[in-house]
Amino acid sequence: MAILELKNISQEFGGLRALDSVNLQVQEQDIFGIIGPNGAGKTTLFNIITGIYVPTEGNLVFKGQQLNKLPAYKIARLGIGRTFQNIRLFNKLSVLDNVRVGSHGVTRSTFIEGMLGLPATRREERQVFADARQLLELVGLDHKEMEYAENLSYGEQRRLEIARAMALKPALLLLDEPAAGMNAGEKEDLMKLIRLIRDENKLTIILVEHDMNLVMNICERIAVFDYGKKIAEGTPNEIKNNERVIESYLGVGV
Amino acid sequence: MFLEQVLNGLTLGSTYALIALGYTMVYGIVQLINFAHGEIYMFGAFIGLFLVTALGLNIFAALLGAMIFCMLLGMLVERIAYRPLRGKSSRLSALISAIGVSIFLSTLMALIRGPNTTRYPEMIAQNTFYLGSVEVSALQIIILVVSALLMIGLQLLIQKTRIGKAMRACSQDIDASSLMGINVNRVISFTFAIGSALAAAGGVMVGIYYNAVWPYMGTMAGLKAFAAAVLGGIGSVPGAMVGGLTLGILEIMGVAYLSSSYKDAIAFAILILVLIIRPQGLMGQKISKKV
Repeated sequence: MAILELKNISQEFGGLRALDSVNLQVQEQDIFGIIGPNGAGKTTLFNIITGIYVPTEGNLVFKGQQLNKLPAYKIARLGIGRTFQNIRLFNKLSVLDNVRVGSHGVTRSTFIEGMLGLPATRREERQVFADARQLLELVGLDHKEMEYAENLSYGEQRRLEIARAMALKPALLLLDEPAAGMNAGEKEDLMKLIRLIRDENKLTIILVEHDMNLVMNICERIAVFDYGKKIAEGTPNEIKNNERVIESYLGVGV
Repeated sequence: MFLEQVLNGLTLGSTYALIALGYTMVYGIVQLINFAHGEIYMFGAFIGLFLVTALGLNIFAALLGAMIFCMLLGMLVERIAYRPLRGKSSRLSALISAIGVSIFLSTLMALIRGPNTTRYPEMIAQNTFYLGSVEVSALQIIILVVSALLMIGLQLLIQKTRIGKAMRACSQDIDASSLMGINVNRVISFTFAIGSALAAAGGVMVGIYYNAVWPYMGTMAGLKAFAAAVLGGIGSVPGAMVGGLTLGILEIMGVAYLSSSYKDAIAFAILILVLIIRPQGLMGQKISKKV
């Protein structure tokens, strides 16, 4: 079943058509790759899915529910988490607090309950702590929970972004260039982590990535974008052998 | 003598700090200098006066009433005058809107109450006592204790509660916060409410301390509290507290040892000096811009 469906999505900025009548279906529990040259509209697509932009045309359906015009925080609470191409952690919060902020959308206690320290609130807060620690363990940052986020290495920051997005308990996780700036060893670990997250939590992952090795290795399906249009979609093998993709993006000999 | 002046300075400074907190919290999240904040403080003073004279409440009930009223007023101002502009036009428009609200509120109060000074009824017996050689009035103690409690409460709120965590997140990256499921508009509204309540508390206490309220009292107090926020490092909550106390002490020392007619000039001159040496303010973060 399709967890996310984009129907005829177009996005214009001034006269520029960043996305042009895009149709896309992502099946539940897939790892879905989006590739394409710079400026192809990949991040714009993420921004539309998460509600940063309201698409100029088209419909967006998540788990059977129309997302159009919902504010970003409501979309997040429905279960769409994301990371960012240019890392956007809360630098002046601790590693642990970054993850705790991520759980904001799934906790309910109000300000007054928090001030009163009601048992239910305290229980919820303990649960948030426990979940956050578990996520940090998952991404291998449990030994750095009191560090400021800004003091982490680049690869660690990318992993922390994943943990923060996971705190929202998403059904759909969007990863925007998760391997950017990582070395070969870190990329290997990242691939394992992405698979593990998907398998353990039964969630769907869409990732934008330039590293072809990573994309071809872990994605079950791939869509290729160029100048705001989807020019191909299929399994890694189909994409590798697609004439149009080779011509516009992969180059000959891949 | 010197210690008495320090105490006077702390008393005045803690009221500056209460107002400065509102400036700094709002700036921290939406990068807006809320110029109507001084008028919220003025409304707090008048509402306190009304509750004391018309309803005969005691000082603490009046303080609480004024805080609740100004909470709502601050949220209303944000909803009507700032939110419609947010994200749609430049920050400058919101600033001009703030100046507009400031003029509207002070003129409104002048229309209701007339432009003259009104006196607070005597609420606390003016008895003073000695701590060692230092003469202290009961009112000073009340102002210091109430301010300290409010500031401790604020710190707990920011550090310990879920909404406080959301406020800290929003002050660092508002877009990323919304993508984490934080309702940013609610957090902003809440920030205005808390800042306005603190300003109202300052207004009531200053009204009683100086035994005078008038519709334009928010202008100078607002300006000084804003200066205190900048002195402490705008956007920094501890900075607003330190900045407020520092400015209060500087001002009183200027009056005591130099000249009372230049008190504002002295306070601001020192402010300028501090900012030349430490442009980010006493507790502010140094921002190194990438080029």
